[in-house]
Amino acid sequence: MSLIATLARLEAVHTGRAQPAATVRHRHLSDRPLVFVPLTTAGEAGAPLGALVGTDRDAPHLLVVPQPRDRDLRFAFLAELADVVLPYIDTHADAVEAAERNETDPETGKRVKVEVELCADAPQLIVPSRAGVDYVRLLGRSMRFRRTADQDPETPYPAPPRVPLLGRWLTHFGERARVPGSSLLLAMTDVLSRHWATGQSTLEDQHLGALLAWIAPPEGETGAEAALRAELARDREGQLLWPPAGPATDPAFDNKLLAPAIDRYDRARTALAAAEDGLEADDRLGDLTAAEREIRALVESRTRPTWDAVWHGLDLLRSHLPEAGRHVEERWTRDRWSFTGHRDRVLAGEPPQPRRDDAVTAANKLSAREREQARLEAQEALDDPLVMAGRRLAGEAFAGEVTEVVMAYSEGKRPSPRPLVTVRTDDRPHLGERAKVFRSLGGKPQAAEFVGYEETLGKDGNDGENGPGGEDGGVLLVLRVLDKMGRGKEPEAGSVPEKGDRVCFTLFEHEQRGGAKLPEPEETPWTHGGPPGEQVPEAADPLTEEDVL
Amino acid sequence: MPLPRTRGTALRHRLAELRGPDVPAKALDARALAALAANPGCKRRAILDGAGVNKAALANALGSPSVFGQSQFAFTRGNTFEAKVKADGGAELLRLVHEKLDRTAEPPAHARVPELTATGPEGRTARTALALREATEARGEWTLFDHPMLALDVAGSPAFLEPDAVVVHPDGSWTVVEIKSFPMLDGSADPAKVGAAARQAAVYVLALERIAARLASDSAPAPRVRHRVLLVCPKDFSNLPTASAVDVRKQRAVTARQLARLTRIEDIADTLPDGTCFSPDLPAADLTTAVESVPATYAPECLSACELAFHCRARSRASGAVTSLGRSVRAELGGLTTVEDVLSAARGETGDPDDPAVAALRRAARLRAEALGVEVAACR
Repeated sequence: MSLIATLARLEAVHTGRAQPAATVRHRHLSDRPLVFVPLTTAGEAGAPLGALVGTDRDAPHLLVVPQPRDRDLRFAFLAELADVVLPYIDTHADAVEAAERNETDPETGKRVKVEVELCADAPQLIVPSRAGVDYVRLLGRSMRFRRTADQDPETPYPAPPRVPLLGRWLTHFGERARVPGSSLLLAMTDVLSRHWATGQSTLEDQHLGALLAWIAPPEGETGAEAALRAELARDREGQLLWPPAGPATDPAFDNKLLAPAIDRYDRARTALAAAEDGLEADDRLGDLTAAEREIRALVESRTRPTWDAVWHGLDLLRSHLPEAGRHVEERWTRDRWSFTGHRDRVLAGEPPQPRRDDAVTAANKLSAREREQARLEAQEALDDPLVMAGRRLAGEAFAGEVTEVVMAYSEGKRPSPRPLVTVRTDDRPHLGERAKVFRSLGGKPQAAEFVGYEETLGKDGNDGENGPGGEDGGVLLVLRVLDKMGRGKEPEAGSVPEKGDRVCFTLFEHEQRGGAKLPEPEETPWTHGGPPGEQVPEAADPLTEEDVL
Repeated sequence: MPLPRTRGTALRHRLAELRGPDVPAKALDARALAALAANPGCKRRAILDGAGVNKAALANALGSPSVFGQSQFAFTRGNTFEAKVKADGGAELLRLVHEKLDRTAEPPAHARVPELTATGPEGRTARTALALREATEARGEWTLFDHPMLALDVAGSPAFLEPDAVVVHPDGSWTVVEIKSFPMLDGSADPAKVGAAARQAAVYVLALERIAARLASDSAPAPRVRHRVLLVCPKDFSNLPTASAVDVRKQRAVTARQLARLTRIEDIADTLPDGTCFSPDLPAADLTTAVESVPATYAPECLSACELAFHCRARSRASGAVTSLGRSVRAELGGLTTVEDVLSAARGETGDPDDPAVAALRRAARLRAEALGVEVAACR
């Protein structure tokens, strides 16, 4: 955490309200996001208990598994989930616009532009917390290798038709969420804590209720009081007033409410199976329906507060912060490319994502994430003066006023303009000899070179007074502007700062270059396991006795 | 005539007094061990754990109940899984040990499973040590210890530990086995949970090493305690066991070092006023005074490791300590430890401008105000 962020947290403690940690919104928010609030069964991997899901805040779909260890009921849940999520994805997959992409021509080996489709918008999934993102991945993994009866008539327990496809999509969302700055799948706690600093630790910020309590405390209450209630307040039966955002449930809920309800359901089901005639069966079916309805009510009571909290978070983000504009849009376009790419892979009939990536794919993913991280950091700083302030404090950028511009030219046959610009700044950038610095000029980075501090050039003769850390804390530094001034002998109008201009230069680059190109997977060196060979379709997870109850 | 009290019994008496009359001592469980590693400098936790105080009950009595609890679903599933792993005389478990740790040894066709029941933790500890000696001497055979009891000296008082299983190999070496019910998905498990399991297993390794050292004689060296433990988890989404060898050398070294430098419990006990008692039956006000008489070092990490964390957090916040926002926050603020100190230093009201921490704070405050477009409150 930078000192500026720490200070914001301390101010939040002092004022009893969260303080801004950003002046603009750094994540794209879709006009019609799909909110997903899942609950899971404690101790079981990938055994959902229920979920609220949908795009309409007033009418979420409630999905419930009355006996989470029953495979058929689990499949029914997943099929219902697919019926909500896949149509939402499809509406985005169908609307496309034309775009161009650079591809290597297989015959000539040259880079050529090809016309391709790009989805005009992408779906956006929003879960309450980071654990929800992990759960999306887990659900994806549990479904994508399943076989339907169509794919494999021999499979012992075929999955409902669209479940494997949903698994592939959820896997894609989960994988994309690991790319810094992406917005296909967002955790509400992450987005909120990116934009507000609360008076609690980052660990406690993982609690959606407490986080919202700091950002928008109820009338007459401080954030700290409201957050404490959100974390701990229980009713007379010992149940949390604000249930955890999931997917894990509160043990007190499991033991006191859910377990007895599931027992009743199991008993009703056994009784129904043992019914001897139609009349008796009708009666017992009524019991079973009642037991099921009870579990549905329980699941709804634990997910609805979280559902409302997520939408409240969306309201806050939309109403308090303007979207950062070009850079957020640019990152969202990358998300659209990622979405379109996966859509194409599914349409082309490619197999589901493997359990483990091969060496080249894994290395590519890692380097992409590193590049996106650097890009995100640079873009957020350029979009947001508050983020830039952190970089300035760290000596990675400086802002100041131009005090002098002296025209100079490069040596050589065709002299080009290389004006010397003197900037007065109170910041303390860590500038090495001939360090490159950049400023944003009409959205493009303009490079300059650090020449030296004013007094070392000995121009005004009062050496030391304006040097680094001078009496008033300001320094004068001289930069040589290097590019973006046009082709002529005289720089284009507006391309060189003028005396009196406020300028902000960064020591980091604004645009990220890709790293060295990795070999094709078929050319993986033996040090990394050699070529992965022919892809064999991955087998579905074996089914064991324990799955069936 | 009363027997002369040795130092050891004196401490035991003192700790029993702290616990309160007729309150049984609570064994050091996995969570306490994790807390030991997470926050070794906390005297409050040290004395409460050392005296065997039930911190969950204490937290309830203080009015800041802990939020730890186990869902019965997780509990049932964990027990079913452990039973399955150990079923059939531990055949599956030994197969995994052989496959993952000791492939050159004879495959375990059958194994000895010694009876370890005895009265009281001391009795079970002695029984375990005896059986370990026998098993080590019986070369060429596999032996499975199901829930042995080990004792480890923690800050001057013995803590009893109960690993899921210990296996003695045919070559006489020992392996700790940890059985957990979180899944190993495509060969990898949640790193945080694996880390916690490794820290726990490292404590068992240390305890076993103490026993092994006592078995050393002129004729035979001490048996080797393997530093690779076996972590057994359900495979993917099934209930089938799969296992992975986990190297715990690092965790073992860290824990050993922390145990060695743990503030000795008797030293802490000596600083307590006479009559201090942590019995949950006492009124909340008395308990608060008692608990406040031992200093705590609260950090947000405590919330996931210590039952008393909410009490300590409330105290830490009330005193305005910056550590309640995280240890890293505390680290970058130099000598300024309270929220008010930091803010007034940032505003330029207090603090020495030559102190680098203060100077950095003022620059940060100025830059933040400038970015937010607010009037700069302080002179520079």
